[in-house]
Amino acid sequence: MAISQRAARALLLGPAGLWYAGLLVLPLVVVLVYSFGERGAAGGYAPAFTFAQYANLGARWTAFQNTLLLAPAGTLAALLIAYPLAYFLAVRVRERWRTLLLVLVIVPFWTSILIRSYAWIFLLGGRGIPHLLAELGMGDIRLINTPFAVLVGIVYGYLPLMVFPIYVSLEKLDKRLLEAAGDLGAPPWRSFLQITLPLSLPGVATGSMLVFILLMGEYLIPQMLGGGKVFFVGNALVDLFLQSRNWAFGSAMSVTLVAVMLVTVTLYMRFLKRIGAARDDVGLM
Amino acid sequence: MRLYALAVYAFLYLPIGIIALFSFSAGRNASQMQGFSTQWYGRALSNPFVIDALKTSAGIALTSAVLASVFGTLAALALSGMKGRWRALFDALIYIAVMIPGIVIGIATLIALVTVFNALNPWLAAATGWQLSMGAGSLVAAHGLFTMSLVIILVRARIEGMDRALIEASSDLGAGPLATFRQVTLPLLAPAILAGFLLSFTFSFDDFIIAFFVAGSETTLPIYIFSSIRRGVTPEINAIGTMVMAASLLMLVIAQLTLRRGGTPKDQ
Repeated sequence: MAISQRAARALLLGPAGLWYAGLLVLPLVVVLVYSFGERGAAGGYAPAFTFAQYANLGARWTAFQNTLLLAPAGTLAALLIAYPLAYFLAVRVRERWRTLLLVLVIVPFWTSILIRSYAWIFLLGGRGIPHLLAELGMGDIRLINTPFAVLVGIVYGYLPLMVFPIYVSLEKLDKRLLEAAGDLGAPPWRSFLQITLPLSLPGVATGSMLVFILLMGEYLIPQMLGGGKVFFVGNALVDLFLQSRNWAFGSAMSVTLVAVMLVTVTLYMRFLKRIGAARDDVGLM
Repeated sequence: MRLYALAVYAFLYLPIGIIALFSFSAGRNASQMQGFSTQWYGRALSNPFVIDALKTSAGIALTSAVLASVFGTLAALALSGMKGRWRALFDALIYIAVMIPGIVIGIATLIALVTVFNALNPWLAAATGWQLSMGAGSLVAAHGLFTMSLVIILVRARIEGMDRALIEASSDLGAGPLATFRQVTLPLLAPAILAGFLLSFTFSFDDFIIAFFVAGSETTLPIYIFSSIRRGVTPEINAIGTMVMAASLLMLVIAQLTLRRGGTPKDQ
């Protein structure tokens, strides 16, 4: 029995296991190996063992700088806009409207980010909002292809992902705690700061981490709304692999991106543990 | 507070709404609303490039979603009762597949497959006259990797929320393991599998960044839209965009309804 059960398990896991081995483990190992190689004469990769690619990372420092500046800024902006909405949905809205309103927040996340970013090219472009502002006498304001446009695109793209986990943690909050605080004479702002906010931190942590991780690898939003002026690591990677075909350097950059991501997330988790906000496991649906 | 919420909803839906509105413009200028017509939908649907890209995207989304649902469900079934090294290994693989940025997955798949193909092709060409290249196969493989992980997570949550007594009752009543699986387990898991399938389809259909690297000579719909936007904004893109959004919305509604119908598992 024990043997046949093991055989059955092996059969069930076989296809998934092969898929992971061939298309996740192997490719990641290849990237790691290539990152220590050299650029081939006609592009691509030539075998070698050198740290030259890593030493050369400074050449693309601006991309890292932009990513490490705008990813946290975008996460923070999304958080500041998402929190009041999540609070409203979890605490103020009547039960029967809640699900509908929540679904309305999440729906855009599951539709094409390409088209949603495109909508902002439309709105921030010359004939969109700047045109309206000019008619109102606000003069000549350029919005598209600025860091501001990239931030708007980021908040627009990732807001749903931030609202949902915060909503989940606020919804679980025991409302009697707030009543008790009120009965004991605490003004509303004080019960918010001392009860609601600390208890919703796990949601804040999860949402921020999800958005931050996705932003680190972002390509489309800076490409479409930053117009080549505000580029992220993702944009540099596309250039390295699809235009200048420097696989070794591109691999070193990918490895560095994942490493920076892992380090930041680990530090963040440790920081959260210290302030006592353990991570909630929240699905995306 | 209510006003604030209203403003955020406006922020979320106005841009999409404006795209949809302008797609019905009768004029040639994408950023001016002139009259009402459905001519751009007609144009888009009679554009052979759009139709080809649509067919490619739908075929790849369907294939990768079917494979991801089948293999993901099988893996979830095996993993649900498992402990020890193998369980930990698969948990780590699922976690990595979901966490690594799509762009890195795209790059890694591209260079690994090109390397493998370059090594195999001289031999294959000599033996069969046929060669491997990036294209539909690599798209299905790369999309399926991510969506299979999604299916495993969804189905496993469902299995863990399932009432074990039903399975015991079935075998007490003399049903063999296969009959129990077909008549008890599978119907209970069906909503999660279907939801996983629809999410997988939507992901693959909408994905741009992975496809950008691994599509080879294929043009998926997002790749087509991306390159048209580069050439300039036209009302035709508005029409295509509106149709793509409508299709994803439809998928989502069906996914939500199927998850609901089966009741939500305890831990969701």
